[in-house]
Amino acid sequence: MSRLLAWLLPLVAGLLFGVGLIVSEMVAPAKVQAFLDVGGRWDPSLALVMGGAIAVALPVFQLARRRRPPAPHGPVEGRLIVGSVLFGIGWGLSGYCPGPALVVAGGGSGEALGYVVAMGLGMALGNRYGARELRRA
Amino acid sequence: MTIDWAHFTPLASLGGGALIGLAAGILFIGSRRIAGISGIFGEVLSGARDGMGWRLAFLAGLLAAPWVVPGLAVGGGEARFGVSWPVLFVAGLLTGYGTRIARGCTSGHGVCGLSRLSPRSLVAVLCFMASGMVTVTVLRLLSGEAS
Repeated sequence: MSRLLAWLLPLVAGLLFGVGLIVSEMVAPAKVQAFLDVGGRWDPSLALVMGGAIAVALPVFQLARRRRPPAPHGPVEGRLIVGSVLFGIGWGLSGYCPGPALVVAGGGSGEALGYVVAMGLGMALGNRYGARELRRA
Repeated sequence: MTIDWAHFTPLASLGGGALIGLAAGILFIGSRRIAGISGIFGEVLSGARDGMGWRLAFLAGLLAAPWVVPGLAVGGGEARFGVSWPVLFVAGLLTGYGTRIARGCTSGHGVCGLSRLSPRSLVAVLCFMASGMVTVTVLRLLSGEAS
């Protein structure tokens, strides 16, 4: 792969990804919390974001898999479950998951930037405690 | 449960989702990389030289997105349950730490993992969806807002 493409391809992918997050309103914390509020006034829209994304990505990933054998799936461990539960709490509290937080921070929101800084600290903690096992897993 | 039809946006959600899936597909077909945001950002923060270039390029595209979409709301808007700075900070910490030890978030496990039919990712998605739903339910009950 040429050097230009090695930069251009992820740049375009990141841009498209961000535009998708904006169009789908994943960048609106109130919308996210309304999706997670299944017992209240539930707005099911965001289920369709994941549905739409998988409808496009699944055939692509499965096609690629036929051309080259995939990396094996790792085991389900405690870290996976504990980490995901902790992330869900952060997601529910703020209405931000990592992608939308970065996009909104990129747009100049101080609130999202604050969240991204805290998220970076959390990631640094995660990198430090458990990073070695992570790479082995 | 009451479905909030007034705020239901099926076309925007499906269309935006399809763009996200396309982006993940392009990155995987083109360079065998997984478009997992927490992984990309977390690896950059870890300072790992290997793969730094493509990760920075992807993040640059992500950050630039609000500036290339004309007319669309850039700001995130107010959270439904007003978020104070300490809560926002704790939420960020939990998200950062959790996604690192679980090796993925809504994008890596949700979009890419499920598309790879990974059992690990299915477990992760069920866990963060469930805990997110419990969290918002608790917030609503604490806020005293009627359901």
